[in-house]
Order: sequence, then structure tokens, then C-alpha cells
Amino acid sequence: MEKTVRETIKEIVRVHLVEEKSMCFGQCLTAVGWVGGTLPELYEEDGMIEVATSDVANGGFVVGAGLKGIRPIYVVRYQGFQWYNAPIIINYACKSKEIWDIPCPIFIRSIAMEGAIGPVAGSSHHSLFQRMPGSKIISPMTPKEYQYAYDEFMKDDDVYYISEHRRSYDNTKELSNVINKDSDFTLFPISITRFDAEKARLILEDQGFKINIIHQLWIKPFLFKDEWREALNNSKHGGMVLDDDYEEGVASSIAHTMMISANKKVYTMGLEHRTAGFHPDVDNLPPTPVAIAEKVRSIINRK
Amino acid sequence: MKDIRLEIFKKASLCRNFENSLYDKVQEKIIKFPVYMSAGQEFIASTISVKMNELDIKPDIFIQHRGHSTYLAFNGDILQLIDEMLGRKTGCSFGMGGSASIQSKENNIFGHDGLMGNQVPIGVGACFASKIPTIVFVGDSAAEEDYSLSAIGWASTKKLPILFIVEDNNLSILTEKKIRRNWEMHDVANGMRVKSFDISDDPMVIYKHLKYSFSEPILLNINTIRKYWHAGAGTDGENFDRYEEEMKFFGTEGKEIDEYNKNLVLSAWKKQLGKQ
Repeated sequence: MEKTVRETIKEIVRVHLVEEKSMCFGQCLTAVGWVGGTLPELYEEDGMIEVATSDVANGGFVVGAGLKGIRPIYVVRYQGFQWYNAPIIINYACKSKEIWDIPCPIFIRSIAMEGAIGPVAGSSHHSLFQRMPGSKIISPMTPKEYQYAYDEFMKDDDVYYISEHRRSYDNTKELSNVINKDSDFTLFPISITRFDAEKARLILEDQGFKINIIHQLWIKPFLFKDEWREALNNSKHGGMVLDDDYEEGVASSIAHTMMISANKKVYTMGLEHRTAGFHPDVDNLPPTPVAIAEKVRSIINRK
Repeated sequence: MKDIRLEIFKKASLCRNFENSLYDKVQEKIIKFPVYMSAGQEFIASTISVKMNELDIKPDIFIQHRGHSTYLAFNGDILQLIDEMLGRKTGCSFGMGGSASIQSKENNIFGHDGLMGNQVPIGVGACFASKIPTIVFVGDSAAEEDYSLSAIGWASTKKLPILFIVEDNNLSILTEKKIRRNWEMHDVANGMRVKSFDISDDPMVIYKHLKYSFSEPILLNINTIRKYWHAGAGTDGENFDRYEEEMKFFGTEGKEIDEYNKNLVLSAWKKQLGKQ
């Protein structure tokens, strides 16, 4: 049977604690559910460390452990809480190598989800880490991508921000790029929007449009591959970056990088620039397949 | 005990003479960025360093931004410190740290990045991961940061071998403690079940209280008097000066030690300024 993303993460954490003798910090890790089933049933004596409900200080504890070279994993159960957990990581761990020649590698499992969880906790917030030096950001949505992310971290000495999404945990499939020679439009989806972009592509193809899809795994450093540039340049109506974070962040930044080296417009679509409420009527969710397809059609029809 | 007091004075004398020389270099406009001087507070680190030597413990040290004396008292290289003040790659933080972010790898002194008080949770996390005796230096103002307080609480919960030193000069820039809060650090820490003491910076008093170190988390709130401004070279006015008192106690020997360190520091500056 194929492994899910959930099982892959669980096994990685087990290996990291039992074989690498490291530590995994976080709040309420050993509670019912074990963070969506992504943690092995290990306890403090095995390196599974329950921290206090002190989000800012907790980030500091993990930095201290990082300085001692143990390559800790830090689980932040809701990405929105990074606004409280990030300050010491961004300002110390990410800068330590440059200022003091002391690397502070940390594997941050930053978990997104949305839907009725209100104005703080929901969605992805990887843009928060993108604008400061010293971190790497990767958003794996498949088992192989997750294993790759961990393997890269273990070879490296930087802070890794792993932008997870709970909706990917059941996934067993790898996601492949679709590049047509003469496409109408190219989608560059990030995080959970990758699954919905696939569905939007099928909707649009049914309507007679040829759509490329180029999955974005690495958010930072962002490398605009020649093959992707060529695909964008060959798309009649340009492209669009899709994100599960606010548009005024990673999505806009990547679109800008693409546009200055390509000859096509790159649009963005992500969370709307407003606060999410709890009720479905006022929630702020990532773009749906239908919404993506509509926006692409409106761009194509604008010409 | 007089021998110990003398050892402490020797270290403090190096620290004081370094800070005085730095004051002059700022006046002469050789140093052109903000400096955070620890003159007046030098007996704290000097005493702890002597005690650590006696215990044969080489702790991990998490320094605060006002940390030249901690660096020197724990055997940081003076030439590298001078180079750091001059913004050179040969400085202790490769010219990146300036006055506030100095480090010494050889002496397990971890630098401070400028986010006041974050050395407390970082030091606690390092101590938790390594279980190595750890000392965290923090000012009375930075200790108020919410994350500093929660970190002391977690160190207590985990019973870490850690020593929190609050260098309490009563001032945050120029705002006195009584304006900022109506509570004391040692009371809060005691409430968190950390054995805590509110003491003066008399070296013999500090020395006595270090006997508890590392068997459990300890907090010493040490009342001291800053000699120079928050940043830059200016004086806080005429105050009690522990250094002058100690020098008087040692009489001629004290003056000789002071003179020796003054010359040592001046020749170190001369040597480094002579390099281009």
C-alpha cells in the first residue's frame, strides 16, 4: 500500500528522535490525535518535548536547542501562530550563522488548515519567513516531497520552514507538472492550492482551454527554471501564482520575479486581504477550483 | 577570602579599564556607533567567573547587550574585542556585532542579537538540550519581557542547571524601575519556585550566593550602579562606585593592579589601531 504524507511525516519524526537522538518541541504534542497522526507515540524521555503555552518563549527554547547542534524539530500546530512563535527564530536562528558563524538548523513543521478557525489560526503564513534572510521555505504536499524536504534539511545548516497543510496528510500521490507547447495559461500553485489547481485545470480543459500547471515546492530560495520561463512565455495569456497565504506576500513576490525575466503577465490569487471570521459566510479560504477557473477565464477574455 | 576578593578585583580592573578606554575612543570619534558599556557593573561577571574557575566549571554563557565585562571576565580575547569595536573581520563577531552582539566561541559565550531578553529563552533551550551548566545574564528591563518570564518558569518546571543573573541597574535607558513595574524579579522567580535572592554587587555577597549554582535553577537579582549612559559615551553622574571602593580596600596593591590593567588596555588599543 502506498504511504500517505501523514505516515511519511510520522516515520521521519520517529527516525529523527530514535535514530538521530534529536528532539521534537511543540505544544500539546502528546494529546489525542498526535497532531493529526503525524507524530509517533513517543514521550519526553524519547525526545518528544511538551513546551509551555508560551509561544514566543517556545521559539527561543528551540533556538537554544538548535545552537547546541541537535537539529530540533519544532511543531507549530497552526501557521497563524507563527506571528508569536517566529520572532526569536527569525531574529536569532536565521541570523546566527551570518553574525557569529554558528549555524542554528531547525526543522519547523508549520501546519496550515482552514475553515471555521477564525482570524488568527488559519491558512498558511510562509510569507512571514520569506522576507527575512537566513531561512529556507519549502511546501511539500506529497510523500516523496516531504522526504526530500527532510533529506535536504539534514544535509544543510539553515532554518527550514516546512509549510504543511493538513488537507495533504491523506495524500499518497505525487504531483506532476503539465506543460503544453501551445497553452492558453500557466498556473503556478503553492501548498494546498496545488490540488485545487489540478481540478481547475480539468474544468478549464472541459471548456476548451489548454492549461499548464507547474507545481511550486520551493518557496525560498525561489529559482525560476528555464523550462518554466519558456512555458510561461509560450502561454498566450500569461500565468498566475496561487497561494494559501495572502496575495501580498510570497505570491506577489514570486510573480514579480517571474515577470522581470519573462515577457508575460503573471497574476496572483490567494487569500483575500481581509480578516477571516469563524462562520462560513465570513471565512477567508484559499481559492476554490471554480474560483480559479473563473479568474483564469476572465483574464483570457480580457484580451 | 582576601585572595578571592583580589582575584575578582583583578578581573574587574581589566573590565573597568577597558570601558574607560572605550569611553575615550568614542570621545575621540575613533568609535562611531552606539556602545553599551558595563562599567560600574563589572563585579558581577568578575565574581561569577572566579567562582566558576574555583568550581572547575566551564558554563555556557548567554550574554546581554551590555556585555563587555562579561566577555572580558570570562576570558574573552581583548584584541578581538577591540577589533570588533573597529568593525573588523578579525573581531570577535567578525565585525558584524559591534558593541551589543559580541561572542567568544572559545569561552562558550553566545552573542546577543539585540532583541532584549531573548537570551533567557535561548539559554533555557540550550541548557535543556545539553544539560550543561548555563548562565544567562539579563538586565532588569529585559527581564520584564514576557518571554523572559515564561522561560524562567519553564526552567523551573524542568529543573535545569541554570543560573539567571539579573544585572539590576534600575534603569531602562533612563526610566526607573519603579515607573515600569511594582514587582521585583526575585519575588516573581520565587513564585515560580526558582530559588531567588535580591543582593548587592558586593563581590563577597555575590560569591557567597553562588554556592547554590547548578543544583537547581537559581536567580540572583544583583543591584548595581551603571557608570555610563545607556548607549554612547556620557556619564550617569556622580554615584557610588564599587570599583573605587574595592581599589581603596586593596590600597597600594589595588592601585598597582589598576595601573597595570590601564597600561595593558592602552597597549592593546595601540597595537590594534596600528594595524590597517
